[in-house]
Amino acid sequence: MNLILSIAWTHIRHRARQTLVAIAGVMMGVGFSILMAAMMEGSQDDFIKTLVDALPHISVTDELREPTRQPAELVYQAVEFHGLTPEARRPGIKNPMAIIASLQSWVPGTLTPSVQSKAVLRFARRNLTISIVGIDPRTEVGVSNLATHMRQGTLASLYRASNAILLGDRLANKIGARVNSNVTLTSAQGAVMTARVVGMFHSGFRAIDETTGYVLLKTAQILEMQTGIVNEIRVRARDPMNARLISERVGEQTGYRSISWQEAQEDLLSTITLRNVLMYTIVGAILLVASFGTYNIVSTITHEKTRDIAILKSLGFRNRSIRTIFIIEAGLIGLVGALLGWLLGYLLTWGVASLEFKTPFSDYNHLPVLYTMKHYLLATAVALASSLIAGYFPAHAAARLHPVDIIRGAT
Amino acid sequence: MIPLIEARNVTKIIAGTVPVTLVKDINLAITPREFVAITGPSGSGKSSLLYLLGLLDLPTTGDVLIDGRSTNVMMEDERAEVRLSRIGFVFQFHFLLPEFSITENVALPMRALGGLPAHAATSRAEELLTSLGLRDHLHKTPDQLSGGQRQRVAVARALANDPPVILADEPTGSLDTLATSQVFDILRELVTLGGKTVVAVTHDLNLAARMHRRIHVVDGQIVSDEATTPEANVR
Repeated sequence: MNLILSIAWTHIRHRARQTLVAIAGVMMGVGFSILMAAMMEGSQDDFIKTLVDALPHISVTDELREPTRQPAELVYQAVEFHGLTPEARRPGIKNPMAIIASLQSWVPGTLTPSVQSKAVLRFARRNLTISIVGIDPRTEVGVSNLATHMRQGTLASLYRASNAILLGDRLANKIGARVNSNVTLTSAQGAVMTARVVGMFHSGFRAIDETTGYVLLKTAQILEMQTGIVNEIRVRARDPMNARLISERVGEQTGYRSISWQEAQEDLLSTITLRNVLMYTIVGAILLVASFGTYNIVSTITHEKTRDIAILKSLGFRNRSIRTIFIIEAGLIGLVGALLGWLLGYLLTWGVASLEFKTPFSDYNHLPVLYTMKHYLLATAVALASSLIAGYFPAHAAARLHPVDIIRGAT
Repeated sequence: MIPLIEARNVTKIIAGTVPVTLVKDINLAITPREFVAITGPSGSGKSSLLYLLGLLDLPTTGDVLIDGRSTNVMMEDERAEVRLSRIGFVFQFHFLLPEFSITENVALPMRALGGLPAHAATSRAEELLTSLGLRDHLHKTPDQLSGGQRQRVAVARALANDPPVILADEPTGSLDTLATSQVFDILRELVTLGGKTVVAVTHDLNLAARMHRRIHVVDGQIVSDEATTPEANVR
């Protein structure tokens, strides 16, 4: 074994109890950091995944991106207009099927037309304002998980009656409706119809399950009192993370407002970023506190070993060698602590993940956790760095000891 | 002949509210194969002089030359290198590392110098210890040995890198009569048989009288520097 390493190892081996306490400190720090990161990032990933599954990755609506360019702008380059309101026009996307066909040629994913509408739902003398989504069951399967969220009936059930509707289970429970119940829908345009409940779904999002009903495109168009209207094209990208780029291109091509799920949930994603900053700050603080233990043990060893340091220096050991001895000691404590922390972190994460858990907002049976090497390496890097820094100061002080002062003191 | 160690106008003052002069205007040359005693009353500065000669301490003014080379211009690492390769130290208290076996203690300077691989350093350490009568104790730690045995280990460690000079600070100061005699004989043999130069600080005037040269220090200054035996080479 290398001489310096051998001396360092001998020092910490002969301070077994103190060394174990310091190692335990680092181990706890690393272990709990891994657990915390696994829980935070696991819940975040799960949340985003649920969000991405529940919402269209890209939503193209019938709002124009920009007001029509004014004649003066077309003629003179120096002319610019700001704050113009797009002109009132007939709602809906023009030639939606042609646009869908055109987008399908290059968009990596699937598209479907839909109609977004609002209506007052009346059943058993209760009135509730709900969102009505007109869908095409054949293409809906490609853009949302609605088919898998069905608790009663299927998407095809919408074809069973002339005005059929699928209700969120919470909404149905709220008003006491069941499959085959007839509900009355009154749209903002004044259309009134009786619709039969043909199925119920459960997305896991309270906001959707309590306030949404799905009908056929044709039914929604009747409610909007406009034949053939499509006011939204929904896109499900093969890679949800590319949604922003695809959305920009779709917007440029169609001239309609195109929003990716990232833009729609920008506030939420900003909150998640802030949460991550907080998480890593707390994780760093945990490891910093653990490094105090390392500082303590290395300080104690250097204090106890002042005479040995004087001996080594009188023999001709260089300052750098003395410093290295104690930094290695700190590094060994940090490394062993971190490796044991891996085990502790893994076991804690596994333990937490196996606990059953239920929130009022969703239906998770288990706490979502994320197992990733990144957490382990990050915690190890911080633990090692803080241990080495903690060891550096006493090591530096040890290297600066003047051997004559110690030898004189001893004699 | 170039002196092994030479002090030129060496003065050491410890700064403070009241500065303390440890040694003052020391001029001294130690040549090969000398057996030198530095004597003087307590607090006279004899140990301080030894530390200056062994590059453990820096003079406030003046210069210490090793093999004719000025050490004033040397960086700390270079001074450490000279200590490691050219000088062996023996202190009053053995100053062995308690967690290591005596063989490991003796092998330390050899491994630090880096000239020998670990197993070769261990072999040489065992040879040195055996030659000093410690063959039966090679794997013991210092606290398992008597005072005299520990001091012999310290001598073995000082000889580890085969330096030409051994500097000893009260090497027999903590030993009984028998052990004192044994350690003194070893030091003398290093000069007579081993061709080394030994400079030893001692209170014991009887021992000093048996050495080749005696330098008497009072109040940080050399008051006498005389040969005690005909073969001494006194400046």
